[in-house]
Amino acid sequence: MTGRAALIAIIVVAAAASLPLVLSSYQVGLATEVLIFGILAMSIDILAGFAGRTSLGHGAIFGVSTYVVVYATAQAGLPPAAAFAAGVLAATLVAMIFGLLAVRTSGSYFLLLTLALGMIVWGICLRWTQITGGENGIRGDVRPAALLNNNSFYWTVLAGTAIVTFAVWRFVRSPFGLTLRGIRDSESRMRSLGYNVPLHLFIGFTASGFFAGIAGALYAMFNNFVSPSTVALAQSVEGVLMMVAGGVGTLFGAFVGAAAIIALENVVSTYTERWQMVLGVTFIVIMIFAPEGIIGKLNAILMRKTR
Amino acid sequence: MSVFQLLNGLTFAALLFVVASGFTLIFGLLRIVNLAHGALYLFGGYIGFTVAARTGSFALGGLGAMVAIAAIGFVLDQGLLRFVRGHDLRQVLLTLGFAFVLDDLALVIWGGDSFTVPIPQMLRGGLRVFGVFYPTYRLFVLLTGVVVFAVLWLLLNHTRLGALIRAGVDDAEMVEASGVNIQRVFLVTFLLGSALAGLGGLMGGAFLSLYPSADAEILVFSLAVVIIGGRGSLVGVGIGSLLVGMLNTIGQVMFPELAYFVIFGPMAVLLAFRPLGLFGRPA
Repeated sequence: MTGRAALIAIIVVAAAASLPLVLSSYQVGLATEVLIFGILAMSIDILAGFAGRTSLGHGAIFGVSTYVVVYATAQAGLPPAAAFAAGVLAATLVAMIFGLLAVRTSGSYFLLLTLALGMIVWGICLRWTQITGGENGIRGDVRPAALLNNNSFYWTVLAGTAIVTFAVWRFVRSPFGLTLRGIRDSESRMRSLGYNVPLHLFIGFTASGFFAGIAGALYAMFNNFVSPSTVALAQSVEGVLMMVAGGVGTLFGAFVGAAAIIALENVVSTYTERWQMVLGVTFIVIMIFAPEGIIGKLNAILMRKTR
Repeated sequence: MSVFQLLNGLTFAALLFVVASGFTLIFGLLRIVNLAHGALYLFGGYIGFTVAARTGSFALGGLGAMVAIAAIGFVLDQGLLRFVRGHDLRQVLLTLGFAFVLDDLALVIWGGDSFTVPIPQMLRGGLRVFGVFYPTYRLFVLLTGVVVFAVLWLLLNHTRLGALIRAGVDDAEMVEASGVNIQRVFLVTFLLGSALAGLGGLMGGAFLSLYPSADAEILVFSLAVVIIGGRGSLVGVGIGSLLVGMLNTIGQVMFPELAYFVIFGPMAVLLAFRPLGLFGRPA
């Protein structure tokens, strides 16, 4: 990491850490949500931005982790740390299964397949009532006692987010991340250079699922509740929308996108119950007018100015 | 498995065929994964229900559903999708946003209650087939599925439009270069595919009933059908529908809690060997 990048990172984290000093308790809750969904959006960006494959199944991977964490604490009585680890592990395993099936496809087929796989998870969570509680979901006191205060939980999530973001940043800049980018740009060329394309994509998918699992486990602690809507398609879609709104392949744009969508949701919800319609319209508008996202758009404007 | 369950599987497969054939036509020719297809199905069902309840005519309901959904399809294709032609991801996400809008609009107009399209008098009751007493309406659905297959097969294989569609699936640029207005063929296909979703909505609305998440359920089944059958293949959709319909019935009878696994497990195994489905060809 260059000195300048490190300095920017420290300033951003410090600014984020001082937010609870100026925000209300409710707004701190929203900021926590932004961080958690930012991680989810970033995990999707690993595949979309760096391997050229957009997953519509990451909400399910995220939600599996949430389910396992809530179930492990509420029903199995595991301590929070063990439940957290179990959730992330479960999400990683699900991602491995998804990855095994999906890596041989690309483009629209990849989207379709991950969508269908995510829907299976949703169907299971809805129907397997003995374990998942069906439509009613499961409630449990997941958050450890030390983090019950909104601010201390926010700082914990922020610390976690900083670590995860650094890990993801290292991951996509590693030689492995570069091969993913090579696959995105030309799969056939990478294959003829001797790279095992499906294996690379499988590892990329698994890593991405691991990060989505961390977000899901944090969400379990944030919400203390899980229901089928946590694994539903809408969850995957919101993750993708946040990623696209921030800018595909920008990684940190995920947090900008998450903040924009969550802020929009809260503003809109105070005026109307038609949040879903607004979300749909937002989707359409972004796809038509700003497919490069907020960060991408800013970059383009800056480039024009400096030239 | 009893004859009754076999018929249940077959009739569900017929409904799936009507819905999924529209999906695969659009996917095959225009390369658009229309994730609003489920929402079009639900919207078609609601419109068909309203028309059928107001006029008392099931046939008018079907016609109204097809025309209205084709009109919505026209708005989607000409009003929105034309701006993102050629970008796979943007197209898919745009149709998804459109689906959100349609779903919410349906919730505003018809509310969250569940509706069942009234079945016409002559299709009520049951018939004795293969030694069991079976609902006439579901047999009618089966018949409709077969008729739609036959009509589409004739359309694709024995008309000029069908030849253009098939040629377009293989190489749209060459068709255009030979002096055909391929955009018009695209539009007709999109409208036809949408109308099929509307028809499916009415048919399904009379025995599966219509409720706010019905669109997602039918969409998942259609995706499974298309993934199994392969992009743009009518025969593929037929076989995919039969497989998914039968597996769904088997799953519901034998493992009700894991019914989804019974459908998607075999799909996953198939994909391991044929990533593009049974009849899919690389783009």
